[in-house]
Amino acid sequence: MARPTPGRATGPSRARSGAGLRTRVWVGWLFVLPALAVYGAIVGRSLFLTFEYSLYRWDGIGPSTWVGLGNYSKVFTDPDLFGAIANAFKLIVFFSAIPVVLGLAIAATIRRIATSRLALVARTVLFLPQVIPLVAAGIAWSWLLASTGLVNQLLSHLGLGHVSRAWLGDVGTALPAVGVIGAWVLLGLCMLLFLAGMSKIDPALYEAARIDGAGPLREFVSITMPSLRQEIGVCVTVTVIAALASFDIIYISTQGGPANATMVPGLEIYYLAFSERQVGVASALAVVLMLLVVVCVLPIQWLTKEDSS
Amino acid sequence: MIVARREAWTGRLLLIGLMAVTIMPFLSLFVTALHPARTFPAGLDWPDRPHWGNFIDAFRAAHMGELLISSTLIVLGVVPVSLLLATMAGFALGHLRMAGRRLVFLTFVLGLTLPFEGIITPLYYQVRDMGLLNTRWAIIVPLIGLFMPFSVFWMRAHFVNMPKELSEGARIDGANIWQLFWRIHVPLATPAISSLAILLFLWTWNQFLLAIVLVDDPAKRTMAGALGAFQGQWGTDIPLLCAGSLLILTPTLVIFLIFQRRFVSALLQGSLKG
Repeated sequence: MARPTPGRATGPSRARSGAGLRTRVWVGWLFVLPALAVYGAIVGRSLFLTFEYSLYRWDGIGPSTWVGLGNYSKVFTDPDLFGAIANAFKLIVFFSAIPVVLGLAIAATIRRIATSRLALVARTVLFLPQVIPLVAAGIAWSWLLASTGLVNQLLSHLGLGHVSRAWLGDVGTALPAVGVIGAWVLLGLCMLLFLAGMSKIDPALYEAARIDGAGPLREFVSITMPSLRQEIGVCVTVTVIAALASFDIIYISTQGGPANATMVPGLEIYYLAFSERQVGVASALAVVLMLLVVVCVLPIQWLTKEDSS
Repeated sequence: MIVARREAWTGRLLLIGLMAVTIMPFLSLFVTALHPARTFPAGLDWPDRPHWGNFIDAFRAAHMGELLISSTLIVLGVVPVSLLLATMAGFALGHLRMAGRRLVFLTFVLGLTLPFEGIITPLYYQVRDMGLLNTRWAIIVPLIGLFMPFSVFWMRAHFVNMPKELSEGARIDGANIWQLFWRIHVPLATPAISSLAILLFLWTWNQFLLAIVLVDDPAKRTMAGALGAFQGQWGTDIPLLCAGSLLILTPTLVIFLIFQRRFVSALLQGSLKG
């Protein structure tokens, strides 16, 4: 489809007369151009349009009116919209903190048996959540967390029947419940990334530490953590983006309810743009969301890359 | 020694526990799917008489045959083109190293963090203006663009490590740049390209947002998008919904189990690079 036409690069004057390097600059650009054009036409143009829409009041059909930054002030003052942003940050606790902390702890514990057959089986099993559509995870967990679901069944077996409830339907527990689904999806990935990172650590370091009388905790803090800097950075980045930009799981399990308790920016943009026909506000929220992601991700990248360079 | 053994045992127990938690949702789907239609089974109760027929009903209700074809067509539309464009761009940015490459690369890197929700609204209006709404192209065209940053990033990471001498030798033998690319670099890049293909396949197949926004007809969506519609339609019939969900996640599961090694390393590397 996108074979670059060689005609322009090897045009008579340039290719023959110029030095090899000069030709290659042109050829290089020709190789990049198709990808760049597609990227620019689809993503670049849409980014520009999102920003443009965000400055107007528009119902998607009729004429639009210029409102300047009015939509942005609405994003930060409307309790529903701002609440969605706050929820996204609360989800970071579940989507990022739990998988990273728990993943580190588990990886450190099973480091010694990382090459056993059990661990190889576990590698496959723990990857399952990455492979299935998030929507399917949402459906499966909605059922687990339902009032007659497995979670409540287990609770009543443990004699905790009185705390059982429809976890996703209760204003107080819906957001943590959605968070648990996200943690389930991301824990395996983080754990395996850490484990892969740990396999690159020189075992002599651990032996030396043992001889010096270091316990598992000391070992973890002094050897494992510093060596996994890059992996931790990656996990935090991936999971923070997953939290801030969450959509699939919430759309399927709660639709943002009950009473907006699980509303997140991604879902709010979808509702605003396609059901409530407030394209301007939706776009302003979209711009804010994209900026938030960049603002959160850049420091993580700087912090974790510092050492390696 | 004793400490080490105790650690190994705690490790094993932890692993088994973690695997149990990972599998539990699937198990619960499976057991529930075997209950009589329109009942509300409790937790993990095995039914008196398993209703295997639910899977057949769900297969029909979800139009699984059509869905498989539709998802495959979308994957075939997205993946080859993305691979070709990204390999060429990665080759230029990583190996040819022409002037201005840094700026181009930075442009792509900035796109890596982009949440799809951020540009879904203008995508809708652009796709509508092109008259592609409710066709598979509505998913294919935007996805090619949206996957481009990661794909280019991935391929560049491969080409950056290719020694310069490789190309110089071929140039002396009289190969032009196009031959050099196809005869030498593409074959050498096969592992990187096939890992990228796996990732793109997975992300396309599981794409949800674009499918529900840009395509109304579930039969023209991706698998994940169709599952959304299926839930809307059969959400009250829990056993059927569970059977349908299982059917819809089976294809990726099967492909994952066949290509596990490739998958795991692709996904691990994929997130490391991303």
